[in-house]
Amino acid sequence: MRRLLAPVPIAVVGVVVALVALLAYGLASNDPDQDVAGKQAPELELPRLSGEGVGSLEDYRGQVVVLNFWASWCEPCRDESPLLQRWHERMEPRRGTVLGVDVQDITGDARDFIEEYGLTYPMLRDGEGESRERFAILGFPETFVIDRRGRIAAVARGPVDDAFMREHVAPLLRERA
Amino acid sequence: MRRAALLGALAVALVAPGAAAAQDCPKTTLGEIEKEVMCPICGTPLALASEAPQAQRQRAFIEQQIADCRSEDQIKRALVAQFGEAVLALPGDEGDDDFEDVLVYLVPAVGIAAALGGIAFALVRWRRRQQSGRGAPATAGADAGRLDADMERYDL
Repeated sequence: MRRLLAPVPIAVVGVVVALVALLAYGLASNDPDQDVAGKQAPELELPRLSGEGVGSLEDYRGQVVVLNFWASWCEPCRDESPLLQRWHERMEPRRGTVLGVDVQDITGDARDFIEEYGLTYPMLRDGEGESRERFAILGFPETFVIDRRGRIAAVARGPVDDAFMREHVAPLLRERA
Repeated sequence: MRRAALLGALAVALVAPGAAAAQDCPKTTLGEIEKEVMCPICGTPLALASEAPQAQRQRAFIEQQIADCRSEDQIKRALVAQFGEAVLALPGDEGDDDFEDVLVYLVPAVGIAAALGGIAFALVRWRRRQQSGRGAPATAGADAGRLDADMERYDL
């Protein structure tokens, strides 16, 4: 018993417990919450891609927001861009918008992308990628449909298509604020 | 003959500034930079992210900066402006060659050296004490009795 209470075994046990706790914490913090539908959308305030000031999700409260995370090097982002632009034009008169967030991208490439696809919806720039953790983003593109009260109504992990937009966005546009 | 000399002088005047500018251009390579910066999306140093499309765009950006005659530090600062400090792979590197970059390596090295020195010093002292303990002659017979008596008398 006295041997067990000696400083060396106590130190070894302490180190092992600390390592196990660190491992458990690491595993827990690396498992982002994927089930965000129905929850309030996290705050998001970022510089505008145009370089003119900052924009936030809060600016669009009362509107239906299709929040699209993308990057210029991402091929599926290219495929879905024309669809997002069409839906933005459809949503605008019904108090809705697509809001693009260009993540960890080279600004010049992103601006070329916007010009190439003639995108007119508002764009924010997240150079450091802080929104990836907040929205538990694993890849690009990812799209969050946010209702007029700021709650996440649907999530698309991957490119959106017309069926997704009809199912999740169209009903929200009919709702009043 | 005079005409040829004039043309020659004109050619030298046109070419010389370009050559001088090329000489002034800081010499850095993509290989040197990609060892020291991260590919933020891949989560690895850029040198290891060979085929990722984001890494390829980042390399194109660096090559453009090299072509524009930017130095290694200027290119790192441009990358930080795009992706934030996390793009720098080396600890303490802030895209400039200042004393802090050296301190990041120096302080732990001095700390480790001091700790090793302390351990070695403690070990040497401990061994000396052990040796002097073993070397002391055993107190025998009458001496031991006298010592016990003395100890009892001065017992505090």
